[in-house]
Order: sequence, then C-alpha cells, then structure tokens
Amino acid sequence: MHLHDVWFVLIAVLWTGYFFLEGFDFGVGILTGLLARDRTERRLLINTIGPVWDGNEVWLLTAGGATFAAFPDWYATLFSGFYIPLLIILVCLIVRGVGFEYRAKRPDERWQRNWEHALFWTSLVPAVLWGVAFANIVHGVKIDATKNYVGGFWDLFNGYALLGGLVTLTLFTFHGAVFVSLKTVGPIRERARAMATRVGLVAAAAAAAFLIWTQVHTGDGWSLLALVVAVAALVAAIGANLAGREGWAFACSGVTIAATVAMLFLSLFPDVMPSTLSGDWSLTVGNASATPYTLRIMTWCAGIATPLVLLYQGWTYWVFRKRIGTQHIAEGAH
Amino acid sequence: MQIALGSLDIARWQFGITTVYHFLFVPLTISLSALTAALQTAWVRTGKDTYLQATKFWGKLFLINIAMGVVTGIVQEFQFGMNWSDYSRFVGDIFGAPLAFEALIAFFFESTFIGLWIFGWDKLPKKIHLACIWMVSIGTILSAYFILAANSWMQHPVGYRYNPVTKRAELTDFWAVLTQNTALAQFFHTLSAAFLTGAAFMIGICAYHLARKRHIAVMRSSLRMALVVAVVAGALVAISGDTLGKVMFKQQPMKMAAAEALWDGQKGAPFSIFAVGNVNKGHNEVAVEVPNLLSFLATDDFTSYVGGINDVNKAEQQKYGPGDYRPNIPVAYWGFRWMIGFGVVSIGVGAAGLWLTRRRFWLAPEHRTGEDEVPHLMLTRGIRINEGLSRWYWRIALLTMVFPLLANSWGWIFTETGRQPWVVYGVLRTRDAVSPGVSAGTVLASLIVFTLLYAVLAVIEVRLLAKYVKAGPPELTDDDRRSPTRIGGDDSDGDHADRPMAFSY
Ligand code: HDD
Ligand code: HEM
Ligand code: HEM
Repeated sequence: MHLHDVWFVLIAVLWTGYFFLEGFDFGVGILTGLLARDRTERRLLINTIGPVWDGNEVWLLTAGGATFAAFPDWYATLFSGFYIPLLIILVCLIVRGVGFEYRAKRPDERWQRNWEHALFWTSLVPAVLWGVAFANIVHGVKIDATKNYVGGFWDLFNGYALLGGLVTLTLFTFHGAVFVSLKTVGPIRERARAMATRVGLVAAAAAAAFLIWTQVHTGDGWSLLALVVAVAALVAAIGANLAGREGWAFACSGVTIAATVAMLFLSLFPDVMPSTLSGDWSLTVGNASATPYTLRIMTWCAGIATPLVLLYQGWTYWVFRKRIGTQHIAEGAH
Repeated sequence: MQIALGSLDIARWQFGITTVYHFLFVPLTISLSALTAALQTAWVRTGKDTYLQATKFWGKLFLINIAMGVVTGIVQEFQFGMNWSDYSRFVGDIFGAPLAFEALIAFFFESTFIGLWIFGWDKLPKKIHLACIWMVSIGTILSAYFILAANSWMQHPVGYRYNPVTKRAELTDFWAVLTQNTALAQFFHTLSAAFLTGAAFMIGICAYHLARKRHIAVMRSSLRMALVVAVVAGALVAISGDTLGKVMFKQQPMKMAAAEALWDGQKGAPFSIFAVGNVNKGHNEVAVEVPNLLSFLATDDFTSYVGGINDVNKAEQQKYGPGDYRPNIPVAYWGFRWMIGFGVVSIGVGAAGLWLTRRRFWLAPEHRTGEDEVPHLMLTRGIRINEGLSRWYWRIALLTMVFPLLANSWGWIFTETGRQPWVVYGVLRTRDAVSPGVSAGTVLASLIVFTLLYAVLAVIEVRLLAKYVKAGPPELTDDDRRSPTRIGGDDSDGDHADRPMAFSY
C-alpha cells in the first residue's frame, strides 16, 4: 500500500470525525429553531454543545490542512472550484461561532432572539452544502487539463447533489435530536425523541435513494458493503430511539455517518476528484498527492497526535457527562 | 489579461484585509490567555479573592476576543485554496505540512481546553481547571510557531528543491523549515509583540478604572503585572526586531532598502527618522537622520555598505530576468516607522508607569499606599505628580491600548508588502500564485462580503468589550469560591443536583 493511499484513508477519517461531531452540533443548532419552545429551552439546547462545538469544528480545519499537505492539487482544485458554496459555508461558520459565544453576553431578548435565528440558519445551510459538495466530488465535475474547475456555480446544484444535501441535512438533524435526548432531562428529552423518529424516517428514505444512486453510478463490492452497513445502522438507530435506548441510538446514528462517508470515499477511490470532461484529467491519489517525504512526516505527526486528540476530546465528553435540564439554567441567565 | 489582473489585485486586498483583521485578535489571544492563567495560578496558590475576581474579569474579555480570533482564522485556512490555488499547488508539499501540524497539534488543544475552562468551573477540581487555561495558552503559542514557520518559508525558502517535471517546489528538509533563523527570529519578535499588546490592553483598562477610583484592589494588582510585562516584552521586541532586521538584510536586501527609502547604496548609511517630500522619487529631501545607524542595524557595523533600491533592483534583474523588483516604497518606509513608533510609545508609557507607581523603592513612607487605594504617581522620593498631570497620565495610558495593535498591523503590512513582487521570495511571483479559474467578479463578491461582515462584527465586538470593561470585575459568591473535588462535579445526586451551572460564558 502506498503512503498516498494511507492518506486517502486518513482524510476520509478526518471527514468522518468532522461529520460525526459537527453533525450533531449542526443538528442541535437546527433544533433550536424546531424543538425549543422558549428562551430557556433554547439556552438549554445550546448548552448541550457549548463546551464542544469549537473542538468539533477543528476537525474541519484539520481535514482542510491535511488535504493541503497530502494532496495539494486536490485542495487547490476543490477550494477554488467550489468557491461560492465555500464562501457561504465560511460566512455561516463565522456567524455561528460568534453566535454561540456572544448570544448570552447581553440579557436583552431581542439580541438573543437575533442570534438564535442566526444559529438556526447558519447550522442549516452548511448542513445542506456539505452534502452538495461531497455529492459533486463523488459524481465528478468539469475539470480541465490544467486541473482547474471550469464549470459554473449552478452546475453544482444538479439533482444528485441536491439529494446529497437533503441526506446530510436530515441525517445531521436526526443525529442532533438523538444527541439532545441523550444529554437532557425533562419534557425536551421526550420531544427530541419524537422528533428523531420523524426526521429519521425521512433521512432513511433519502439516504437509501442517494447511496443506491451512488452505488449504481460508481460503486463496487466494498462500497456496497458500506451502503448496507449505513442503511442498517440507520434503521437500528431509529429502532433504538423508539425503544428509548438513547445511547444505542446515538452510537448507531454515528455508525450511519461513518459508513456513509466510507461509502462515498470507496466509490471515489482511486480518484480524489474525477473529471467529467475526460478521464485523463481526473485528479487521483497518484497525480494529486504530495511527495513521499512530506507524506511520511505527516504520517508521523498524525499517528502521534490523532490518538491524543481522541483521548482528550473523549475526556471532555466524560467531564460533561451529566444530563442537563431547564432547572440548571439560572434564573435570569438565558 | 485585464480581467486576470483585476482578480489578482482584489485577491491581494482580500488577503491583506482578512489577515490584518485576524491579527488584531491573535496577539490579544496569545497574551491574555497566559496572563489570565497567571492570575488564576495566583488565586489557586493564595486563595485571595482579588485574584479570582481578576481571573474572571480578564478571562471574560479574553473570551470575547478569542471568539473573533477563531472565526476569522477559519477564513485564513480556506483562503489559500480559494484565491491562491496556483500557490497552493506550487508549495503545498512544503507549506501544507506546518498548517496541518498547526491544526492537529495546536488548534485541537486550544479549542478543546477552552471549552473545558469555560464550562468547567463547577465540573473540575481547582488545579485541573487551572491546567486547562494553561493548555489553551500553550496551544496559542504552538499555533503561532507553526504558522510563522510557514510564513518564514515565504520570506526565505529553505529545505526544498524545484522539480521541473511537476513544476512544483518539493520538501527535502522539514527540520530546516521549522528551525531556520527567519522562523526563530520571527517567532521571537511576534511573540514578544503579542505580550506587549496584551499588557498595553490591561494597562489601558486598569487606568480607566483607577482614574475613576473604581475596583481599585483588582485593578491595582493587575496594573502592576501589566506594567512589568509591558517593559519586559518591550525590551524583547526591540532585541528580536534588531535580530530580525539583520536576518532580513541578508535574505531580502530589497526590503531593507525599501524600509529606508535608500535609493542608492552607501557606506555608513543613515537611519531616517522621517522624510519629507516624496520618498517614491529617486532621492529624498530627508529631514531627520541618524548618521550610520542603518549600517549598524543591518550588519552591526556602523561603516558597512548597505545596498540601495536601484542597486538591488539591478542585481535582481540580472538574477531573475527583466522586470521591476521594487515593492511599494512608501508603504514599506512608513509601515516600518509606524510599527516602531507606535510600539515604542507603548513601551514608554509602560516604563513611565512602572516608575511612577512603584511601591517601596526610593519612596517616602508617607506616600506609600495600601492595597485598595489608587497609587500616587511619584516622580521622585518626595515629589508627587499633581492631580491634573496624573489625570493626563491615566488618559494616555488608556489610549496606549490601541498602539501595539497598530504597530502589529503595520509590522505585517511592511513584512508582506515589502516582499512583493514575490509571494515566495525569489521563487514564485504573486501574479503566478492567484487562482486562474476564479473570476474577478467572484473574488470581488467575497471581498465585499467579508469586509461588510467584519465591519459589523467589529462593532458588535467593541460594544461588548466596552460593556464588560465598564462593568468591572464581578462580585464573588460562595459558589464561585467553591471548587468541586471530583471530575464531573460533586453532589451528582445530592440536594445540589439542580444547582444552576456555573460558567463564564
Ligand atoms: C502569530 C500568530 C498567528 C498568525 C500569524 C496567524 N494566526 Fe491564526 N490563530 C492564532 C495565531 C496566528 C491563534 C493565537 O492561535 C488563534 C487566534 C485566536 C485563536 O483561537 O487562536 C488563531 C486562530 C486561527 C484559526 C482558528 C482555530 C480554531 O478554530 O481554534 C485558524 C484556522 C487559523 N488561525 C489559521 C491561520 C492562518 C491560515 C494564518 C495565515 C495566514 C493565520 N492563522 C495567521
Ligand atoms: C497574521 C499575520 C499576517 C498579516 C497581518 C499579513 C498581511 C498581509 C498583507 C497586508 C498582504 C497584502 C500584501 C500585498 O498585497 O501587497 C498579505 C499578502 C499575503 N500574505 Fe500575509 N500576512 C500575515 C501572515 C501571513 C502568513 C502567516 C502567511 C502564510 C502562511 C501569509 C501569506 C500571504 C499571501 C499568500 C499573500 C498574498 C500575496 C500578496 O499579495 O502578497 N501571510 N499578507
Ligand atoms: C523596536 C524596534 C523594532 C524593530 C527594530 C523591529 C523590526 C522588525 C523587522 C525588521 C520586521 C520585518 C521582518 C521581515 O520582513 O522579515 C518586523 C516585522 C514585524 N514587527 Fe517589528 N520591530 C520593532 C518593533 C515592533 C513592535 C513594537 C511591534 C508590535 C507591537 C512589532 C510587530 C511586528 C510584527 C507583527 C511584524 C510582522 C511579523 C514578523 O515579520 O515577525 N515590531 N519588525
């Protein structure tokens, strides 16, 4: 196995980490608009992810940085090609980050309400756009002989990509609802479970359709396996949620996300960004990667740092393991 | 061609604006995390309420600031690929690695432990909670190191070779990239500048309250700490700046010549304090000069020869082919002076304050003040500065908050524009670095979006800071003083299970 193959896998792992973690905090952000009934409940939802959202986002920065280092051409083509969607994602991430930190810094209701609206939209929009972006990567886009994207903005919003966006949106919302039911007590926990079931069913239908479409288009035996795991885990997650086994439901929705990313990367390999203009112009793990020397250094760094990150991030979740309810929100502190 | 040129200029403006904006928050984050950690350490060791109040007060301002630092940093990470895709292809092999290291090692540290610190007051034992803010501080310093190593490589590329087949630069020695003298000098300089920035920020806020005789105990002890830090950091900034200047003279002679608007080389070159007339013309009508100082700054020798802009331009034409290798001279010239000027004013205010507010040394006993009195400003053993002048000192001290921020910005503008027309010095021109497939309209749209968004956020952030600065340190409750003994919080099922969460959010 070549080092660039290892890095292909590692990048898939980083994206899995990102979608698993930020997936539920996007979901919780969306639920502040759908599930919470008053200010205190919105505050409660935000607090479930307050200590961790920033750490979750760093998975994206790492995926970006690692792509830059390990596959410079992939990074260059992807980021310059998907310019406008990325710009929108960036604006959302900026507003969202500021929103989490600044919302509670003034007591007045209008200030907080504005940030809450902002949090809802800035969680929803990236949740859709990441699906759109990945669907396009897997499907292939117009890349010319100089490795540059030559398609337009609207080319990115084809039917397949929109379905991909629907999958990430519903999957993240489901994942977030299950997370809320796991982290809270009181009436909101019950409502989160009911919401999870409904959203889960939509997610299951969308994901099945999207993954089968992908399988037919570019799949092989391994991607079929990942597809089956993804769909089965989602069904199991919905079942566990119905049965009130929240921990299991969350684990299964996590597996769904991991298997979905795996499915997409498996159907991509050995391309990293196929060209629809000519097979010769596709970016592959071979022609887009950095030199073996750089890859070796990166492997050492990732090999040491990643387990440590998992350890101390895992520890954070343990520190904040207690469920919280509206009674934990101080009078007057929203 | 016209259009391609357009998108290059817009992309440069965008990079300049977003990076300078990011760097308003960065130095405060680096220094305030360490200073807050120091105050919290003092509290853990002495148990004194003043220190806990100070920790909460500065910690809150630090959090308001870091939020902006984090979100503006995300843009930086994406921008290389979006606007500078040919640059990314060319240098990814080398440049990507420190960036990835930064994310993997530093950003995870910062972001995870900041969450633990904010929400951990009632979840973590005292010492573990304290360790969290130190971890944040270490994270910020590591992140500065890696990104500066990357930037240094653009100033002075080492440890690579050019591969004519792939037309890319390829890494051959990562260790050289991380430890070359440019990187070390830049790290040293930027880090000390960051501490000067944070110290001046504290001095300003302490002065604001002390002039109004409010929150005296907390502000008095914070002021002393900040004054000491300002003077020490100020000295280090000057020392490291001198080192950096010498490194720069060897590696980028054009930048040194531009910094001085020295058109023709000379022996025993002077340092000009300021120039009148147009520095962009072939010669200057210089008003104030210190003879021989430039030669000394560049080489440690007062009489040595320093090459001028015209000479270096000719030399580079011979080396790299026909072209104009001059950066924007007035920006370099004035940028260098604003950096030093604004910084030195701050150091001066700090040094003056340290002397004027001294506690014992050479001070008559009747002028000594207690912990909760505003210190008298003492010129000598027995001479007290009168009310009117004291008020002026506090006013200037308040103003000094913004000076290092300006010095930092000008330092970067000088460093980056002084390197032009190169993006990687001697290797890759800025015009060859831009994304070929992205239209001028698209870049313009993103420039407008970011500028507007950043302007709005600046207003929000400054208002919030002002609100919390004015409010002053919080009164403490018993809950604040009590720390849990178990990780995850005490009394999980006792009577306190429903106690509201404590956090400095
Ligand atoms: C000398 C220090 C320094 C310099 C030159 C830069 N930064 Fe920075 N950056 C920091 C020092 C820093 C920091 C102190 O570590 C920050 C500030 C606020 C924070 O949370 O961390 C940070 C935050 C920060 C973040 C957010 C991290 C998070 O989510 O926790 C990113 C992605 C970047 N930066 C990326 C960049 C890039 C790509 C730069 C180059 C153009 C850059 N920074 C210049
Ligand atoms: C945070 C500190 C920094 C500041 C304030 C800063 C400032 C600037 C400014 C003002 C420009 C515009 C110069 C011009 O167009 O004439 C610029 C350009 C640029 N800088 Fe920096 N810079 C910083 C750090 C970095 C770092 C760390 C990197 C790389 C890791 C970097 C890479 C670039 C690139 C690629 C350009 C665009 C090309 C150009 O126009 O020069 N900068 N920067
Ligand atoms: C006291 C005299 C000072 C000297 C002699 C000095 C020298 C220098 C030099 C030569 C550079 C350019 C390095 C290069 O392009 O390779 C530089 C950059 C810079 N300076 Fe200064 N400086 C001084 C004071 C300050 C102060 C007071 C601050 C801020 C508070 C500051 C902040 C910066 C920053 C942020 C940069 C850009 C980053 C870097 O290249 O390290 N400097 N300085």
